[in-house]
Amino acid sequence: MKTASSNPTDRRVLVLVDDFAIKSSHSLYFGSLTSRGFQLEFKLADDPNIGLQRYGQYLYDALVLFCPSVERFGGSIDVASIVDFVDSGHDLIVAADSNASDLIREVATECGVDFDEDPAAMVIDHINYAVSNFDGDHTLIASDDFIKADAPVLFQGIGHSLNPANSLVLKVLSASSSAYSANPKSKLSNPPLLTGSAISLVSVVQARNNARILITGSLSMFSNRFFRSGVQKAGSSIKHEKSGNEQFLTEISKWVFHERGHLKAVNVRHHKVGESDEPAIYRINDDLEYSVEIYEWSGTSWEPYVSDDVQVQFYMMSPYVLKTLSTDQKGHYSAEFKVPDVYGVFQFKVEYQRLGYTSLSLSKQIPVRPYRHNEYERFLPAAYPYYGSAFSMMAGFFIFTIVHLYSK
Amino acid sequence: MVGKTESQNGAVKATAAPAMNLESDLFSNFSFKSFKLKTKQQELLLRVSILGLVYILAFITRLFSVLRYESMIHEFDPYFNYRTTLFLTEKGFYEFWNWFDSESWYPLGRIIGGTLYPGLMVTAAFIYWTLRFLRFAVHIREVCVLTAPFFASNTTVVAYFFGKEIWDSGAGLVAAAFIAICPGYISRSVAGSYDNEGVAIFALLLTFYLFVKAVNTGSLAWALASAFGYFYMVSAWGGYVFIINLIPLYVLVLLITGRYSMRLYVAYNCMYVLGMLLAMQIRFVGFQHVQSGEHMAAMGVFFLMQVFYFLDWVKYMLSDTKLFQAFLRITVTSAIAVGALALGVGTASGYISPWTGRFYSLLDPTYAKDNIPIIASVSEHQPTAWSSFMFDFHILLFLFPAGLYFCFKKLSDATIFIVMYGLTSMYFAGVMVRLILVATPAVCLISAIAVSATIKNLTSLLRTKSKTAVAGSSKGTGGSKASSKASFDQSQPFQKNGAIALLLGAFYLLSKYATHCTWVTSEAYSSPSIVLAARGAHGNRVIFDDYREAYFWLRQNTPPDAKVMSWWDYGYQITAMGNRTVIVDNNTWNNTHIATVGRAMSSYEDEAYEIMRSLDVDYVLVVFGGVTGYSSDDINKFLWMVRIGGGVFPVIKEPDYLVNGDYRVDKGAAPKMLNCLMYKLSYYRFGELVTEYGKPPGYDRARGVEIGNKDIKLEHLEEAFTTSNWIVRIYKVKPPNNRW
Repeated sequence: MKTASSNPTDRRVLVLVDDFAIKSSHSLYFGSLTSRGFQLEFKLADDPNIGLQRYGQYLYDALVLFCPSVERFGGSIDVASIVDFVDSGHDLIVAADSNASDLIREVATECGVDFDEDPAAMVIDHINYAVSNFDGDHTLIASDDFIKADAPVLFQGIGHSLNPANSLVLKVLSASSSAYSANPKSKLSNPPLLTGSAISLVSVVQARNNARILITGSLSMFSNRFFRSGVQKAGSSIKHEKSGNEQFLTEISKWVFHERGHLKAVNVRHHKVGESDEPAIYRINDDLEYSVEIYEWSGTSWEPYVSDDVQVQFYMMSPYVLKTLSTDQKGHYSAEFKVPDVYGVFQFKVEYQRLGYTSLSLSKQIPVRPYRHNEYERFLPAAYPYYGSAFSMMAGFFIFTIVHLYSK
Repeated sequence: MVGKTESQNGAVKATAAPAMNLESDLFSNFSFKSFKLKTKQQELLLRVSILGLVYILAFITRLFSVLRYESMIHEFDPYFNYRTTLFLTEKGFYEFWNWFDSESWYPLGRIIGGTLYPGLMVTAAFIYWTLRFLRFAVHIREVCVLTAPFFASNTTVVAYFFGKEIWDSGAGLVAAAFIAICPGYISRSVAGSYDNEGVAIFALLLTFYLFVKAVNTGSLAWALASAFGYFYMVSAWGGYVFIINLIPLYVLVLLITGRYSMRLYVAYNCMYVLGMLLAMQIRFVGFQHVQSGEHMAAMGVFFLMQVFYFLDWVKYMLSDTKLFQAFLRITVTSAIAVGALALGVGTASGYISPWTGRFYSLLDPTYAKDNIPIIASVSEHQPTAWSSFMFDFHILLFLFPAGLYFCFKKLSDATIFIVMYGLTSMYFAGVMVRLILVATPAVCLISAIAVSATIKNLTSLLRTKSKTAVAGSSKGTGGSKASSKASFDQSQPFQKNGAIALLLGAFYLLSKYATHCTWVTSEAYSSPSIVLAARGAHGNRVIFDDYREAYFWLRQNTPPDAKVMSWWDYGYQITAMGNRTVIVDNNTWNNTHIATVGRAMSSYEDEAYEIMRSLDVDYVLVVFGGVTGYSSDDINKFLWMVRIGGGVFPVIKEPDYLVNGDYRVDKGAAPKMLNCLMYKLSYYRFGELVTEYGKPPGYDRARGVEIGNKDIKLEHLEEAFTTSNWIVRIYKVKPPNNRW
């Protein structure tokens, strides 16, 4: 969807908050977004005048839901309109909290994420908690279970699990194996439903249309307080001056808002070897060349995407040809192959799905016809005895006729 | 016996003269005095004008459908023929010959040029080009609509000559009149029924006529002409297999009955060899003509002819009969042994392909039912009911045995042929409904012999009185004649009255035949079946034009490369009228592909969705008659989908859809039936609809029950379009869930 536009990064972002205090308490995060050129529009979640679209046009490129307790959106927004917003290729960040409303849970469920059913539950970890002066129930978690962590990320809030039926949702930050989800204020009577690394703290979804969704159970992890606070993991002597929250959330926001990991494929071409025009139909056993250009958005410009694992399929119900495209390191990928000796309606398919990148799914239909009547070899060497016998038969018959008619 | 009939014929010829003179008196009254014609010329004029009238009649009686509805192509297959003809006229012959159609049988495609009989399309295109050349600005559709009636007219001319060849010109005229209006033929040749058969029956009869002519004359030229007739037939219809089996059978019978002659040798050899070479030029036939089991009989008889000829020659050279007898025995035994051996080796090595299922199902009517559901599912492949014989032949059914009697009375090479043609085609007509068509010319010809001979005999009886009166007054003839005259005189009053009564009876029957044929044509055979007509509550005509509505919607509202899945019946129409790609169509060449569609239709929605995704299906089209009471809809065809699907994919089991062997759609239906894709698509939202006053909502008028599953939810499909009378329903296949 966004591959067509020259700049895939979102511009206009609607931020829905429970109250405008969040604007100042989370100003560092919002500031990083504004400094990267986003136009943020803050609205109360129950503002009766909010709406995602007007006259069939979407007013925003992305939606940030920092309103965990909203029971009912104002204006024309509801779960269905948010889902439609995502399904038409726009991005979404959902931050819930303990006591998240049913509405927010419903939005999360639509995205393949189920928050703990107990509204008061929080993620508790008695081993990997962050040492702090004011928190005694070990709900402030220091998690470093992700790639390239400078410092652990602080998390405090509700945990969620991923719906196993959903193949698109991914854990970005998961709880450690000693974590569990329960109400910290009451005694644990039943074994907790969510335990260990099945608990996801932050999850992302890249939908099939490349809309990106971030879901987390903690609104406070975006807050200035968490951004600035130092962190010391329990049982560890290292004390980080600054938590990893800022770095983590900035980078993941870049991904969600398509500043990173966005590919586009352009100039999909195919033609016979030695020609340059694209034919409407191929013949069996033709030699053809398929090429595509793939670029990656660097945040400011389109840079050539370099990889050696892009493959093209020549597909009719199953791939007849599967070939790795060779690249010139400047974004141009191409392959030459022979059309199989089978006629039918084929497709050139490129299915390129790499973690963290937009999935490229290109398919182009092309029929393949058999030989025309005059494209076969005119004289077959193997058939010369038959030609010979036919002509000798004709000649023999002619001579026989003459002899028979005129000999006395 | 034969001598007697001949003498009677002679008498008739003699008496014809005074009658004609009477008529010429009539002419003189109209001041045509100077325009007096000789008897022969008058007869010719009469014959030509009768034939001309029959020619016109054959054409105009087939125009009911155009008058009732409009000038349009009918049914299913004709739409394919129309589409290909259009392509041929637009792109030319070579493009047509090499046409690879990517719009049908997605994703396999179909080589149109190599899998059709191009005779019909080329004929229509040729007529079109001729008319264009003569500056008639016609549309190709009009040509296509009127091709079948035009060829029906031509068939009457051939029938005349054929009748003349096997009996006399009177029989020929009657045969022409019979075949012009015979419902069995009209069913496939009304205006708009642009199908292979329309042309093929003409070609069939022409080939037979020319071959009989060749056998009668022993002329190489006629045999050559019949080879070309055969070529035209091969190019037009798969029914040519009937010719290539009937003619060898006929030759074999002649050989067995000792009627072998040089005439036969010339006719058959020339026809077979040249006909074979010509037939092999049709791509769809190709090497089948020398390799497949259906054509082996002709080849066997061809070799047998050579053996016969050789034996004849040996007999001529050998004067000793005893020696010849021994030689004959050895030769015949070894010839049969060699032939059997060749056939056995050829079949075992796979060089000679075995008989196809269609051919088997002709010889054994139960074969298709047990083994090939796709053949058995076609309504026109069902065994014929007695009533349809009566419907299609009327009095010809009774005249046919009478004609056989006359043929046996005057046995000749030609009558043996028509008897064999009649008997074999009658058998095939009993096996399959559609083959009544093939039997029709034979039935018409044989009945014509009966009618013509009877009337001729009766009229000659009536005339002998006047003749004897004239002859008695003028001069005495031979003694034998006088004695016969005396015997006539004795029984004359009774005979004369009887003859008159019989004649009147015959004319009454014939007039009944004419009215029956016209009635059948107008009521039963002139419906285009793409537009349905019904009688309203007040006797007014209600037209359901839902098919074209749906196809037009597809054409206008779907992307040009959309793939539509439907049961194969509607494939040709969707490609021709909707201009969209289909998964399967009426050319049922790939059973697996059809079975896949059958499986999708009879699976649960989520399983069907996987199948549809793998076939890139964008739209699903079903035909539903529950609102209008249209009974040939997809729910009634559904068991065939189950059977055909189950024949390839054993996960589909027919008993799952039945309750105690009953097929039902109401509350008592099988659970799988109530939740399969076809049921869901047919009855989606139908539970809310009241179709008939005083009945509960969801009352299916086609089956007369209240449906069993009124609360149908679709997950992977959504309703895209339903026509005004709900006959065609189109669903869009949703893309996979965006977030899952």
